[in-house]
Amino acid sequence: MADVLLEVKDLKKYFKTRKGMLHAVDGVSFTIERGRTLGIVGESGCGKSTTGRSILRLIEPTSGTVLLEGKDITKLSKSEMRKMRQEMQIIFQDPFSSLDPRMTVNQLIREPIVLNNILTDKEAIDKRVLELMETVGLAERLYNAYPHELDGGRRQRIGIARALAVNPKFIVCDEPVSALDVSIQAQILNILKELQEKFGLTYIFITHDLSVVYYFADDIAVMYLGQLVEKAPADELFANPVHPYTQALLSAIPSTDLDNKTERIILKGEITSPINLPDACRFAKRCNYACEDCKCSDPKLVEISPGHFVACHHPLVQEA
Amino acid sequence: MSMFKKFSKKQTAAATHDPATFDGEYVLNVENLNVRFETDDATVYAVNGIDLKLKKKQTLGLVGETGAGKTTTVLSLLNLVPDPPGVVSADRIEVNGREVTKMSAAELQTMRGKEISMIFQDPMTSLNPVMTVGDQIAESILLHENVDKKTAAKLAGDMLETVGIPAERGSEYPHQFSGGMKQRVVIAIALACHPNILIADEPTTALDVTIQAQVLELMNGLKEKYQTSMVMITHDLGIVAETCDEVAVMYAGRIVEKGTLEDVFRRTKHPYTEGLFNSLPKMNDRSSKLTPIPGLVPDPTVIPEGCAFAERCPYAKESCFTKHPENRWVSDTHMVVCDAYDDPDFHIKRGR
Repeated sequence: MADVLLEVKDLKKYFKTRKGMLHAVDGVSFTIERGRTLGIVGESGCGKSTTGRSILRLIEPTSGTVLLEGKDITKLSKSEMRKMRQEMQIIFQDPFSSLDPRMTVNQLIREPIVLNNILTDKEAIDKRVLELMETVGLAERLYNAYPHELDGGRRQRIGIARALAVNPKFIVCDEPVSALDVSIQAQILNILKELQEKFGLTYIFITHDLSVVYYFADDIAVMYLGQLVEKAPADELFANPVHPYTQALLSAIPSTDLDNKTERIILKGEITSPINLPDACRFAKRCNYACEDCKCSDPKLVEISPGHFVACHHPLVQEA
Repeated sequence: MSMFKKFSKKQTAAATHDPATFDGEYVLNVENLNVRFETDDATVYAVNGIDLKLKKKQTLGLVGETGAGKTTTVLSLLNLVPDPPGVVSADRIEVNGREVTKMSAAELQTMRGKEISMIFQDPMTSLNPVMTVGDQIAESILLHENVDKKTAAKLAGDMLETVGIPAERGSEYPHQFSGGMKQRVVIAIALACHPNILIADEPTTALDVTIQAQVLELMNGLKEKYQTSMVMITHDLGIVAETCDEVAVMYAGRIVEKGTLEDVFRRTKHPYTEGLFNSLPKMNDRSSKLTPIPGLVPDPTVIPEGCAFAERCPYAKESCFTKHPENRWVSDTHMVVCDAYDDPDFHIKRGR
């Protein structure tokens, strides 16, 4: 039996709006094994960030269970949850707005250690702050610097150090490199990979950048309008995508390879409103293969080959 | 709406220049462009001696990191660099053969939108939130074409159809549109008067990949249809590969390498360009480790004595820190600014 760290079952998050119920996350289920990375990709508004936050209960899920090492965290009380957060952390997208501008690097990294009573001895805390700065590659001279003095890459390193400060097992990385230039993006991705190897961390890596997720994740889940439409190991998903949406998404990546120009699949229209959804395939309106079935029933996620799941009435399986 | 009248009067005063009659080789010709921003604290040297030439119907990709001076360079083509604090100097900034820096306000007004148009990065903020999209397109048409309001509204509707939006949605406001549709509206405004030069400043950065694919396809189609020359600013090398004929790589306010798409992508010469390619996750090899460019972009308030990239360059020699590298043409089309090539045996690792 695989060593499952996190299991999410039928997670739902609905928001009440004036026009009706907004299905931000609608029945998402998956498991992640210890030390692995699950990439979640999809367009803006597909519910990938809401999924990440609901798992940590930064947003209360409407229903569903989240098991961390077999323990259902959705049933925990506030104080129990607070303790549990030491096990599970998040790194946010925007290093410009997720740090308090009036706190120095030292104070920012110290805060989670003190608040969670990880260490109480002042000297030990000082030592730990410096150690964390070194782990994420922040020079010691920046100890008293403020976030506005630093570039995006360094700010994101502070975000990582803050997450690591409580020795978590599991980190949700919510678009951690989207705001950064490519050369800096590579630095941060390398750090995250090194830390994973060093501390045996398990990641959920949320992004809209498919080339980054391919490089970074072991398994990839594709989301569309609050649902998982396809999930497979990274190589399998890129080599053999079977959901029409995944295929279109992959073909839309601009490639730097001048020799290998693949045919673009241009999708008609745009993502539909997630409010008051009918019982139909949510992608049907943009799908080139949609038929009557797709308009009257919502496909379920099924396993078509070991580890490869898809929710589609007409998966585009290549005949062997 | 009275502002339209005011402008159209001015327009008749200014000499109208039809880009269609321009028969020079280069629609854009910039030589030795320098832009600095003088603030109380320091002077920021944003652009330091750039030469740019753009041929008819060609697309030039301007690539580089945040702060490389890409946007400042194109803003000076439209004479839009805020002054103060911006100070622009150049031997030549010619649009369709006419010097931009010598133009009167009225001449600039006619040039912008009619000869050269710009698409900005963020469609959410570049549209007027209290004006219908149809009126915003018509505004540009009324300004440049000798037509009445009714015709302008009709032309605006046609333009919306061209970018794939039903004409009747012209009476709606920007907040009723999604991000991809807003960017199409911005494109419709930019192309409404059929300028022969289009400048796109990261036109798809704020959009999702599938929508990005739609918008790029639309832009490529319209470029063909209207025979437009284009400058595409982007940091995404994939987009460059798919849309550009020529590429200029910028670093710290200078062009460090330029050439045809093939020159720069297949026969990469500059260590910085190599660094950019190495930073990208490879789509065919998942296990390879990313090689980021070490260090950070230099402080733009200091003009370095030598090569601006030397500090981050894996090939830097001692002389790189003291002597500014010269423009070096390795073929008729391909230029690199790197003194490592003093050594005839020098080559970078990429492509070997």
